[in-house]
Amino acid sequence: MRSGLWRLSVFIAAAVWPLFWLYEAWSLALGPDPGKVLVDRLGLGTLILLLVTLCMTPMQKLTGWAGWIAVRRQLGLWCFAYVVLHLCAYLAFVLGFDWSQLGVELRKRPYIIVGTLGFLCLLVLAVTSNRYSQRRLGGRWKKLHRLVYVILGLGLLHMLWIVRADLKEWSIYAFVGICLLLLRIPAVMRRIPRLYKKKPVSVV
Amino acid sequence: MLIKLPKASDCKESDVTPEPFYLSRRALLGSSLAGLAVGAIPRWANADDAARYAGVESGKAPGWFAEKLPQTKWQAVTVKDEAITPFKDATHYNNFYEFGTDKGDPAQNAGALKTEPWTVVVDGEVGKPGRYALEDFMKPYQLEERIYRLRCVEAWSMVIPWIGFPISALLKQVEPTSNAKYIRFETLQDPKVMPGQRSGFALIDWPYVEGLRLDEAMNPLAILAVGMYGRELPNQNGAPLRLVVPWKYGFKSVKSIVRISLVEEQPKTTWQSIAADEYGFYANVNPQVDHPRWTQARERRLPSSLFSPNVRDTQMFNGYADDVAALYTGLDLRKNY
Repeated sequence: MRSGLWRLSVFIAAAVWPLFWLYEAWSLALGPDPGKVLVDRLGLGTLILLLVTLCMTPMQKLTGWAGWIAVRRQLGLWCFAYVVLHLCAYLAFVLGFDWSQLGVELRKRPYIIVGTLGFLCLLVLAVTSNRYSQRRLGGRWKKLHRLVYVILGLGLLHMLWIVRADLKEWSIYAFVGICLLLLRIPAVMRRIPRLYKKKPVSVV
Repeated sequence: MLIKLPKASDCKESDVTPEPFYLSRRALLGSSLAGLAVGAIPRWANADDAARYAGVESGKAPGWFAEKLPQTKWQAVTVKDEAITPFKDATHYNNFYEFGTDKGDPAQNAGALKTEPWTVVVDGEVGKPGRYALEDFMKPYQLEERIYRLRCVEAWSMVIPWIGFPISALLKQVEPTSNAKYIRFETLQDPKVMPGQRSGFALIDWPYVEGLRLDEAMNPLAILAVGMYGRELPNQNGAPLRLVVPWKYGFKSVKSIVRISLVEEQPKTTWQSIAADEYGFYANVNPQVDHPRWTQARERRLPSSLFSPNVRDTQMFNGYADDVAALYTGLDLRKNY
């Protein structure tokens, strides 16, 4: 398979974090409230993976290397995997599997509603990420997957409502997110310079 | 108002927490060991006091504190059937936004804070206003150990053995005038040592301000603390002087106090100014009134481990209803959260 090693490295780089955090939690390195730390880290991991996924197309435009696009779907699926873990951790460590409380949270808390919406959108994208769906949906597939920009907005809003006193960290993610969205504007997209031109192989 | 605590939760607590026996055994072993060792070490390293609790890092107590500590009334108030939170957790999981918003930031950054010399200003509606060096400020008071539950508004909780004195004793000293209706506390503002105060993105208008109604402050449970776990306060826990009001959410218990004012009007407190719909002036622990973003009916008692998240029911007034409920008769606690 082309660029197999590259794909494998991306796979390992994304998979290693939750395993490492689990090990940290097991070895009591996460402090007195490890569940909460895991929820927070998985949530932030989801956002970061979303931003990284959105970097792939501009990177490809910038460098001309097809490898960026080759891992884009994988990164998107990792983003989904992280959000699933984030949700499970929330259910287990914050709610303690109290399903009636989950009902209350879903009705009453805007940031939970926004987070859930984001999760559902990611679920749709993950389910339709295979070649079969791409063929079935044809032109609509591309439109559907523009949902990722909505997800980014929902994710940032979800985080904004959790941050309480210092917006510094949030501002950094929001800034990166907005830059990536601006790059999608066709006029801007066309102006992305190509750093490395494909050179004809020449022997000196 | 009579608030009956559910018997079922009492049972459950002792079920979840059989550790006090284990801990007291350790403390006993520790202090007997320390007793043996005490002859061999210099006076400043008074290991006997540090060894009251397991795993306590000894600090460098200021002179006035070391002098007062031996007369401390130990275990003046205790909690029943509850394990004391390990020292390491109580000192490495803190909300002290002056030193950063992560729970680990205060432990990491508060070392730079110089707590000696320290000045406390007492002003406003008092007969005896003044600016005191902390050692003079502390002179009249007998230290007491108070083991209290601490319930954070973020739905986690701990049990901490504080050392301090009742605010009522302070009020007796400074003689509030008849105009005094509230007491207002102010934390140190020093961006040089407090990185949180340097952040350009902070929503908090420093310095941190908290306050109590005067009758709340007079309640014997409300104390000013100068120590914990048998030693002086570590910086990240609000050294050298902090408030502890066990029936209110932790954010009321303002740290590193430099100014105490008796005032006529209800003070504009920090969290109320940022988000009045989420953090009220009263901030009494109340399982029936949710925070807009999460339920307050239950809490995670720390330390909590991954596979047995130590979740328990929150008690009205954090379990101190018998002592404080009378303060709020006739007050709608749903409106005055």
